[in-house]
Amino acid sequence: MGRNRTDTVQLPATLNSGNRGKPSVGQLRIEEVTKIYSPKGANVLALDHCSLTIEAGEFCVIVGPSGCGKTTLLNAIAGFHDITSGEIYLDDQLLCSGKKNTDPGADRIVVFQQGALFPWYTVLENVIYGPIVQGKTAAAEVKSSAENLLGQMGLAGISHNYPNEISSGMRRRVEIARAMMNDPKILLLDEPFRALDALTKSVMHKYLLDVYDSSQKTIFFITHDLEEAIFLGSRVVVMTTRPGRIKKVIEVDIPRPRDYRVLSSDRYLELKREAIEAVHEEARKAFEAGERELA
Amino acid sequence: MPPINALPKKALPTPNVQISSLGLMSYRLNRWLASSRPYLMLLGLSLFIFAWYLCTEVLKLPRFEKVPGPAVAAKEWFSRDPVYGISIFVPEYYQHILKSVLRVLEAFGLATLLGVPLGLFMGWKKTFKDYSFPILETLRPIPMLAWVPLAILMWPIREAAIIYLTFLAAFFATTLNTLLGVESIDEVYFRAARCLGAKPRHIFFRVVIPGALPFIFTGLQISMGVSWFSLVAGEMLAGEYGLGYLIWNSFIMVQYPIIVIAMVTLGFIGWASSAMIRFVGNLLMKWKVREAAL
Repeated sequence: MGRNRTDTVQLPATLNSGNRGKPSVGQLRIEEVTKIYSPKGANVLALDHCSLTIEAGEFCVIVGPSGCGKTTLLNAIAGFHDITSGEIYLDDQLLCSGKKNTDPGADRIVVFQQGALFPWYTVLENVIYGPIVQGKTAAAEVKSSAENLLGQMGLAGISHNYPNEISSGMRRRVEIARAMMNDPKILLLDEPFRALDALTKSVMHKYLLDVYDSSQKTIFFITHDLEEAIFLGSRVVVMTTRPGRIKKVIEVDIPRPRDYRVLSSDRYLELKREAIEAVHEEARKAFEAGERELA
Repeated sequence: MPPINALPKKALPTPNVQISSLGLMSYRLNRWLASSRPYLMLLGLSLFIFAWYLCTEVLKLPRFEKVPGPAVAAKEWFSRDPVYGISIFVPEYYQHILKSVLRVLEAFGLATLLGVPLGLFMGWKKTFKDYSFPILETLRPIPMLAWVPLAILMWPIREAAIIYLTFLAAFFATTLNTLLGVESIDEVYFRAARCLGAKPRHIFFRVVIPGALPFIFTGLQISMGVSWFSLVAGEMLAGEYGLGYLIWNSFIMVQYPIIVIAMVTLGFIGWASSAMIRFVGNLLMKWKVREAAL
């Protein structure tokens, strides 16, 4: 766990260190990844020879119907599941192949769909969890840099509250702060805004874009929501329904920083149409496959 | 590109919910007093005592004629010169209480010290659970009274047998609830901890233990209840002191009001011990307390 990291924990004071050059860490290479689940003897091909390279500092969004293997892919990158064959590299370092598996670590932090702030810790205690358990920095130092980060992220007032005392939007922001606290090479977001209402969601989009623009972290973002995908992503990867393959990659050439005005631009609408066509076909296939399974 | 400190700082209002536990307690007390609950509670209690009084001392109904009434028992309880030798002014009364409390503390303490770690470990290591859970599940439903002969055979002194019986009941309740507590923790917390670089010992101390705490404390409450239950049973069978002994001995010696005094005393002490566990639980689980308050 985290043993593959040789550098010390870069505390997020470095987030705004003025390093606005091309990001150098966080390139993710997914090569010919195949995953076969075999529960109860029946083999299910979840991922079928998926290949994708996400450049350092890229915001890559994966869309596709339910059960297309998006989360399977994320779990493999995070180190929760193994894969059947293929290889995944983070900055030329092998994360997993059919034979090898690297434990989860603070270089690739997952923000979970249902939220995973520890309810028994305050916001501040949650945020410092990573550096504290990694034990690379003194507690007092971690605490003050966490306070700093929470302040920068507009969360200073709630640092001594428990997660159940704050709104769901706040909780997502804290979770992103908790991830950023570890200065990960890549952020893995698994439908993080799914459970939020539309207004909170749009605030969160703006928030995540700000974090992205200022930190230039590589982001691997899974969603069902096409509008979200195009609004946020530099590239939108459409996956096919089971078996999961990469169907189409849409380059989103809308300049950054983006704000809500993007949503009414011609280019956005054009890209959205393109994406809808690709996804709709898959959604229909998935739906029909589901009906066949039931029949 | 804007630096991160240019993020909108007031995008969402920050709720101001910094509540001290003392403030919370007085807030709850005031709420409670303002509701109808405490008054209905008092009314219910008075009606119960009145009905008891009516049945035993006024109407002397059949089946109730030998049951001591509340007035008789209270008179004896608060008497400086009790007829049967037990009242709040008699040191012997406190010796009985002390003996019972010490026995429960020993048994409950031992059950907690062994049961909580065992339950945590069973929940954490699936293989260990596979070994040990069936044994636990077979032994647990055996009523404590069925253990009495074996307990007497196993332990050379009666005192140890009583504590052993009390311990057994508490131990099963604590272990099982702790195990359930660990199993109730959502997998996502384990994943999140591993992502953040936690090693197994961090996961144990910073996820498994706090995550299981609510169930552990439910278990401790149950365990305290069954401790008193088996203690009294044990003391009735084999004791020289203690409230259970006092009850049984008074029955044999035809000193009926003492039975009621000892029973009411048990009720109070049982309630107080539960309240103490809740208090400690609330201290350790501030997140739960505040959650319930908001």
